[in-house]
Amino acid sequence: MSDHQLRVSKIPRGTVIDHIRAGQALNVLAILGIDGASGETVSVGMNVPSDQMGHKDIVKVEDRELSQDEVDVLSLIAPEATINIIRDYEVVEKQYLERPDRVVGVLSCPNHNCITNADEPVDTEFEVLDDGVRCEYCETIVREDLAAHIAVE
Amino acid sequence: MRHDHLITAKQLSREDVESVLDRAAEFDADPAAFGDRHPDAILGLCFYEPSTRTKMSFETAIKRLGGDAVDMGTVESSSVKKGESLADTARVVAGYADALVLRHPSQGAAKMVGEFVDVPLLNAGDGAGHHPTQTLLDLYTIRENAGLDDLTIGIMGDLKYGRTVHSLAHALTNFDASQHFVSPESLKLPRSVRYDLHEAGANVREHTELDDILPELDVLYVTRIQRERFPDENEYQEIAGEYGIDLETLEDAKDELTVMHPLPRVDEIAPEVDDTEYAAYFEQAHNGVPVRMALLDQLLEGDR
Ligand SMILES: [Zn+2]
Repeated sequence: MSDHQLRVSKIPRGTVIDHIRAGQALNVLAILGIDGASGETVSVGMNVPSDQMGHKDIVKVEDRELSQDEVDVLSLIAPEATINIIRDYEVVEKQYLERPDRVVGVLSCPNHNCITNADEPVDTEFEVLDDGVRCEYCETIVREDLAAHIAVE
Repeated sequence: MRHDHLITAKQLSREDVESVLDRAAEFDADPAAFGDRHPDAILGLCFYEPSTRTKMSFETAIKRLGGDAVDMGTVESSSVKKGESLADTARVVAGYADALVLRHPSQGAAKMVGEFVDVPLLNAGDGAGHHPTQTLLDLYTIRENAGLDDLTIGIMGDLKYGRTVHSLAHALTNFDASQHFVSPESLKLPRSVRYDLHEAGANVREHTELDDILPELDVLYVTRIQRERFPDENEYQEIAGEYGIDLETLEDAKDELTVMHPLPRVDEIAPEVDDTEYAAYFEQAHNGVPVRMALLDQLLEGDR
């Protein structure tokens, strides 16, 4: 299969995440908890030429639709992304990302002294700021490299 | 106060602050006269870090109101040592008591416990996070000595890790106060505090030299610079010397300057300052009891 074919090949059913900022595809996979062991068929395009973006990444996940939590975190690292829900090879729904007010349970707090990093029954919770996120517990502000704080299972 | 828990000074509106301080003034005038306010109240003290003074002032406050305190003891001797979570311990103690006081080394601990307990919770310090009852007694002292409006205050020392500084700075945004922060470069206010002060539209300036601002100050709030923050002892000595005050430093200050410190001090304030009109730090420590009486009174009242 040629490179061109891989990029345009349609999937029967699942989700295509398009217009991902170039270089973020692996972080998108991390958010979705995809490490190759979970059995889904996944295609990844990196640095694909794009009219709008110059270059973009694209991720196609077969037989899976995303949860709202996953979509919320995606919006933090890939705000321009579009999410296409595919059924019978057709796009049945196209979703543009909206930044949520807060994200729960998906990022871990970089402050080692934060109660969310102790062994307590509490989910992380971050307020989404214009240019970063802020821990609701210890108030630490994270602006750089959010993807590094994704709490992957 | 509209809140059941006091977790951060950010919760406090100007009205909240004023109502606590007014009530504290009544208790302060005659602390022994209120022994029948809350005769059956039990206050649960959960101190995961040693803080004899804060604990004693809460104990004194509840006893002055006619109630009593139960204490989980030191962490070493309790079930915490056996690995019980903070959330579980707090729920158990909340079952015994009418209100809880928590001191914990982790930031955000009080917010979390507040989600698990259904009695009022007072945060008595969570790591480098918040210490709102200290803030209220600081405000009480400032109001008594300099007034809370048209105030020019300097806050000096370890502004990075000093939770009392963070809480106080938030609370002062309710008032007409210009805040001047004086610290070495390495101990400036953290990003999150600066963010909040900016959001609150606070009137804030940062300095590295006290001299630049001292003559304008009504209040100088000094905090301790902790030796253990510095890998190099010489570097600590240099900084500690520069951010301490003595009578010579104060020559350029207004006569009415009020000098405060959350205590304990090491050598930030020379003992020769103690006997001057400037010194308000022992009075400040004393104010902990009436202010905590006022807070407990409000919370226990709301609980009825
Ligand atoms: Zn945190």
